[in-house]
Amino acid sequence: MKSLQAEAHSLSDPVTQLELINSHNEKIRSLSKFEDKLKEINLFPLKPTGVEIFQMNVGYMCNMTCKHCHVDAGPDRTEIMTKETFQYCLDALKNTDINTVDLTGGAPEMNPHFRWFVGEVSKLGKHVIVRSNLTILTTNKFSDLPEFFKEHGVEVTCSLPFYSKSRTDRQRGKGTYDKSITALKRLNELGYGKEDTGLLLNLVYNPVGAFLPGDQEEIKQEFKKELSRTHGIEFNDLYTITNLPISRFLNFLLMSGNLEEYMEKLIEAFNPAAATGVMCRNTISVGWDGRLFDCDFNQMLEMEIHEDSVQHIREFDLDSLNNRQILVNQHCFGCTAGAGSSCGGATT
Amino acid sequence: MDDSYYKSKDLKKFGDITEFQEKLGNKFFEYYGEVFEEGALTKREKALIALAVAHTVQCPYCIDAYTTESLENGASEEQMMEAVHVSAAIRGGSSLVHGVQMMNKVKGLSM
Repeated sequence: MKSLQAEAHSLSDPVTQLELINSHNEKIRSLSKFEDKLKEINLFPLKPTGVEIFQMNVGYMCNMTCKHCHVDAGPDRTEIMTKETFQYCLDALKNTDINTVDLTGGAPEMNPHFRWFVGEVSKLGKHVIVRSNLTILTTNKFSDLPEFFKEHGVEVTCSLPFYSKSRTDRQRGKGTYDKSITALKRLNELGYGKEDTGLLLNLVYNPVGAFLPGDQEEIKQEFKKELSRTHGIEFNDLYTITNLPISRFLNFLLMSGNLEEYMEKLIEAFNPAAATGVMCRNTISVGWDGRLFDCDFNQMLEMEIHEDSVQHIREFDLDSLNNRQILVNQHCFGCTAGAGSSCGGATT
Repeated sequence: MDDSYYKSKDLKKFGDITEFQEKLGNKFFEYYGEVFEEGALTKREKALIALAVAHTVQCPYCIDAYTTESLENGASEEQMMEAVHVSAAIRGGSSLVHGVQMMNKVKGLSM
């Protein structure tokens, strides 16, 4: 499977995506606007509560091409963070109290400077989270990464959309489940996911289709029970993440005839408490080329940070970022539905 | 003119039943909402029970609603189909267990 970009698909264009979720047809046009919902609860313009998480998208290259991927990542994507940009990130982090560095991609491990950067940022005493697709850890070139993660105390947050093989493989490709189980067992062997080791192993659950995630705690308990029963696997936490209507998931919604109903469902489930706790209020997203965004989703939609704020990591200025206006659009309903959704799961 | 009795979009109008009888409708929905809250049973377990009952009463609205609800609450395809089999087993069993009544009658009438 190729990326939308490699197929020159119209939905690889962020402008087309935004047009679709705003004005695809009469039904979509008639739906409430996110900005208006924020106004109703006196949250517009949306402002940060203070940057606590420094999320870096270190490249769109990935060994997988998942059907729901909001990044449109894949082996054919060549966008990758340079060492120079990594250094800008280190320089920015040295001078702040921001303690959490969240590495995402694509498969962040595939960036040639990944190990160097993790080593350097660990020396600063920062807490590092890597968002791993798990299967990368079963390939020859990267099979020693679990030990590397342990050595640097990296928190591993990994994708596993479901505890059953059929549903996982439907979303992430044939063979994904078995490889994921192999990787999880290896991480468990090293102490990841075990009590009292301090080595955190978290799973990310996202619905395999046009429906919302249910109660995070209940799904976590079900995963714990099933993964323990079937494979003896342990993990610390599970984060439920709602699929946002952009990129490949938007393509799925459109092709399956679910777009209108899904948008309606997200909007009906708008939760003011979740809106108050959206992750863009305490996160900054650094793109592979050093540009700054309010979140990884805005990054994929090329919605660059507000023009009154600093625009690039080399100009990093925390005061400027903490006082920016966060840009919103219709996709943001994905983060405010039900119990809320963020890279750290439910927000309420 | 649409001559179909069931229209999927009508599910969204369920709440409108209060239009003709507000007090009873509101009481029902209050009760309904509380029934599906997590209690001694989890939301997933309740969704699976509802899915099975939906098949027993053959309500297409309920089947749509509780298929989605089961998925959202983390039920697997296997669990959902097993729930439908429970429904089928009870329906089949309820016919067959009446066979005893038939047998009793036969034996009562026969020499």
